[in-house]
Amino acid sequence: MRHTIAVLVENKPGVLARVASLFRRRGFNIESLTVGTTEREDLSRMTIVVEGDEKVVEQVTKQLNKLIETIKVSEISEGSVERELCLIRVHAPPEKRGEIVELTNIFRARIVDVSRDSFIIEVTGDEDKVNAFIDLMRQYGIKELARTGKVAMVRGNKK
Amino acid sequence: MRAADALVKALEMEGVEVVFGIPGGAIIEVYDAIYDSGIEHITTRHEQGATHAADGYARASGRVGVAFATSGPGATNTVTGITTAYMDSSPIVVFTGQVPTSMIGNDAFQEADITGITMPVTKHNYLITDPKDMLKTVKEAFHIASTGRPGPVLIDLPKDVTVADIEFEYPKKVSLPGYKPKMEGHPKQIKRAAELIMEAERPMILAGGGVIISNASKELVELAETIPAFVATTLMGKGSIPENHPLCLGFIGMHGSKYANYAVSESDLIIAVGCRFSDRTTGNLAKFAPDAKIVHIDIDPAEIGKNVRVDVPIVGDAKKVLAKLKKYVQYKQRKMWEDKVSEWRRKYPLKYNPDGFKPQYVIERACEIMPDAIVTTEVGQNQMWAAQFFKVKYPRQFITSGGLGTMGFGFPAAIGAQVAFPEKTVIDIAGDGSFFMNIQELATCVKYEIPVKVLVLNNGYLGMVRQWQELFYRERYSATCIGCEKTGFEAIARGFGAIGMTIESPSDVDDALREAKEIDAPVVIDFRVDYQANVFPMVPPGAALNEIIDEE
Ligand SMILES: Cc1ncc(C[n+]2csc(CCOP(=O)(O)OP(=O)(O)O)c2C)c(N)n1
Ligand SMILES: [Mg+2]
Repeated sequence: MRHTIAVLVENKPGVLARVASLFRRRGFNIESLTVGTTEREDLSRMTIVVEGDEKVVEQVTKQLNKLIETIKVSEISEGSVERELCLIRVHAPPEKRGEIVELTNIFRARIVDVSRDSFIIEVTGDEDKVNAFIDLMRQYGIKELARTGKVAMVRGNKK
Repeated sequence: MRAADALVKALEMEGVEVVFGIPGGAIIEVYDAIYDSGIEHITTRHEQGATHAADGYARASGRVGVAFATSGPGATNTVTGITTAYMDSSPIVVFTGQVPTSMIGNDAFQEADITGITMPVTKHNYLITDPKDMLKTVKEAFHIASTGRPGPVLIDLPKDVTVADIEFEYPKKVSLPGYKPKMEGHPKQIKRAAELIMEAERPMILAGGGVIISNASKELVELAETIPAFVATTLMGKGSIPENHPLCLGFIGMHGSKYANYAVSESDLIIAVGCRFSDRTTGNLAKFAPDAKIVHIDIDPAEIGKNVRVDVPIVGDAKKVLAKLKKYVQYKQRKMWEDKVSEWRRKYPLKYNPDGFKPQYVIERACEIMPDAIVTTEVGQNQMWAAQFFKVKYPRQFITSGGLGTMGFGFPAAIGAQVAFPEKTVIDIAGDGSFFMNIQELATCVKYEIPVKVLVLNNGYLGMVRQWQELFYRERYSATCIGCEKTGFEAIARGFGAIGMTIESPSDVDDALREAKEIDAPVVIDFRVDYQANVFPMVPPGAALNEIIDEE
């Protein structure tokens, strides 16, 4: 099982190393990790996707909480807002360009760079959407690909 | 004020009376500052010795131990001591010198990335890059080291930071938004635990090192007497209840007594306090106490559910939780269980074959002759025999490297304990192999008149490994004969300026121990014990606690 964990940490040098060191030492497997600033300049937010059963996630959460610079750890349940951004450089010979543009539009993705024989396409969305788009692009030949890893947020109260 | 002076003043404000360490170029400013302070500095002969001494000081006294080392090799020499303290949750603060900030990262002379190296083995660590952070950092370090689940904290001090000029304003409070140890224990869970206790027919308390760390012995004994429940300890929990208390069954685990291991295995409720269910304590986890519900009280939430399934988790300080728990339980007689445990106790006492010159005998005699001594141990057979045969009376009396199992810990730890309690008798129960790992600290004892007594159980072997080879490796004694019968520990002691004795027969043991006890100077006694002696009973690796075996 994959789990998404959001970690609010103090924005200080070395915090990322501490988190990485903890994962390595305890033998937890990181699928993806993103770090960025938050609404408060003294805090950063990490979104970590880990592979493991409930017990692993419980340990990850507890161990992360033990780090002095960790303010809050929360598991992001399914149904939350999850987004990832991906840049794809795809082979785009003149005869295929129409098709690629069409697919890009269907996915609400964007072509952000055009050169003689390739496009760079930016796609955002949840993981499934990004995966689906990447799959579609494979037939044209993906030359380069960069994913950001996921950021996530729990939905607000609907009532 | 020079930051180095501010640092020393901050240490004074934290109540630090003694520092163990070795100077060097990168930390020379701090040494210059401590020169005319009220803090005593004890120069050890190796930085490992300094960190173990600080650790021993902390474990014996409950106060934070402090060690200094210079950059590079000085800093890396502290790593074993720091890790030892980390594994046993001992509060020490280690200050290391570092190359100037402008040179960090350039592989300067004696540069080592000690904060990187110690990240996984410290509770927290700091590299100070701005001198203005000095005092705040010291304040935080002492707070973090000594509260919650204690542990080592390291502060790396670049040389330019220590010479900078700063205002001396020592913060009164720390501001650590992410650090708030839970102390009280959840009331609902405490009540739930009390219900389970009242329902239980075969309740057991398992007391770990956390009971000693939180000074909760009184509360532990009161709870045990109220229920009443037998108390088994872990190795680290030894001393949490006086070992002559009728409810105390001693320690469980690989070399615990049969009766304690049986009692835990057959209990229907284990109230575990401040322990982490290490593999040496539980034996085969899948077969650990199969009928027992488990209440786990610990200040570290991450320990709860880490190794064993827990029915009632209680996150909190042992002292507070035990006191509250006691209020909800009443006395209930459990005659059958008491009789059963008493029967085991009668049938399976700890014993050894007394023929020849047995190491166990030396320990039994030491316990008789110096019953109040603070006992440190090395690691190996000596450690297990000490745990089995030195019955301790009070918490912090027994100091051992349980988690890391560090050979060479006991002697410098004894130095630290002796510095904390100059009036007490402090003995290190040592193996010949382990003693060599920090034997240089004899010079420290002599120089500072620290009258530690080292009882070397000299069997000429890395005995514990030899025992495994005998039992599990078809007596192929690969690399374990260290031939210390050829080493004259007596002469070595004398060479250092300490007192040495050699004892070759059990009939001389008492006199030697009595004499040593009276001598106000460091003493090394070389006991030439039988090398064939093994530690029994034993839970073989992979076996359950109740599959414990005796010597044939
Ligand atoms: C620093 C370190 N190195 C190696 C070991 C592995 N080890 C565990 S017990 C032991 C033998 C200890 O020999 P000695 O001190 O003579 O004690 P004995 O078992 O003979 O009483 C060894 C080598 C260890 N625990 N620590
Ligand atoms: Mg030996």
